Amino acid sequence: MKRHLATALLSANLLILPAIPWAADPVAGAAGWIKEYPQTDGSKPRSCSTCHGRDLTQPGQHAKTGKVIEPMAPSVNPQRLTDSAKIEKWLRRNCRWTIGRECNAAEKADFIAYIKTQ
Amino acid sequence: MNPFACQSVLTLLLTSTLAMSSAHLAFADDDDDEDDEHEHKRNSLFESRLAPVVNATYSEECGSCHMAYQPGLLPPRDWARIMAPDALINHYGDDASLSEALRAEISAFLGANAANVARSMVPGDASNTGAVSGGLPRITESADFKHEHDEIPARLVTGNPEVNSFSQCNACHQKAAEGNYDERWIDIPGHGPWRD
Repeated sequence: MKRHLATALLSANLLILPAIPWAADPVAGAAGWIKEYPQTDGSKPRSCSTCHGRDLTQPGQHAKTGKVIEPMAPSVNPQRLTDSAKIEKWLRRNCRWTIGRECNAAEKADFIAYIKTQ
Repeated sequence: MNPFACQSVLTLLLTSTLAMSSAHLAFADDDDDEDDEHEHKRNSLFESRLAPVVNATYSEECGSCHMAYQPGLLPPRDWARIMAPDALINHYGDDASLSEALRAEISAFLGANAANVARSMVPGDASNTGAVSGGLPRITESADFKHEHDEIPARLVTGNPEVNSFSQCNACHQKAAEGNYDERWIDIPGHGPWRD
C-alpha cells in the first residue's frame, strides 16, 4: 500500500513537474535584452536592443533593413504579446539571429515577463 | 443583316468602349513622362508600375522587416530560390524562417504574380541575378535595376544615412509600396527629386 502510494505520488510529480511554470523573471529578461552576442558573419555584435532599443516604449529600427519596428511595450502598443504564434515565431527567429541558437523555455519566459512590465 | 449579327456588333462596340475608358482611367494621371514609361515597358522587365502587393500573409510576414517587394520584381525561379526552406533560415544574413503552411502560401502568391516568365528569358535581365550575389537572387543586381539606377551617385544612397541601401526602395520612391516607381514620385532624402 505504502509503495503504491509512493509510486502514485512519484507519478503525479512527474506529470506535474513539466507543467509547473518556472518563475519567469523580468529582471533576467531585462539583462538578457541588452546582452550582446558576437556574430560569426562579420556583423557587429547584436542584442535584442540593437533593433528594438533599450526603451521599449519607443519604436526600434531593424539593424539590416532600417525598417521601423513598432514599440515592443504593451503599455503603448496593446497588440504586443496577444498572439502566441507570433510570439513563438519571432522568439525563434530572433534568438537564432541574435544568440545563434533557439532560446530555451526559461529564457523565452524571462523575455516575455520583461516585455510585459514595459 | 440578321439581328444576331447586329447585336454582336453592338456588344463588341460597347465592350471596346468600356475597355478604352478603363485604359484611359488607368493612365489618367500619366502625362509628362508617359513616353518614357512606355519605352521602359517595351524594353525592360523593370517596369515603373507594378501590381501592388495584395496578399495579407505576404505583407505581414515579409513586410514586417522590409518593404514587401512586388512579386513582379523577380521572375518565378528567383522567388522559388529565395523561398526555399534552407534559404529562409539565412535570408540575406537574417533568419526569416516560416512555418511550412505560411511558406507554401507565400511561395504560391509570389510564383503566381512573378515577373513575366517569357521576358525573364531575355539574356542579361532580372533572371540572371544569383550568380552576382554569390547566393540568393537580388532585385538590385538585375541588369534592369542597374540600368535604371546607374546614374545615381553612391553618396545619395549607400552614403546617405537616410537611405543606406538600394534595397530600401521606399526611401526615395515615395509610392514604392504601391508599386509606383514613376520618376515623379522620387524624393531622395537630403537631395530631392531625380530626373534622368
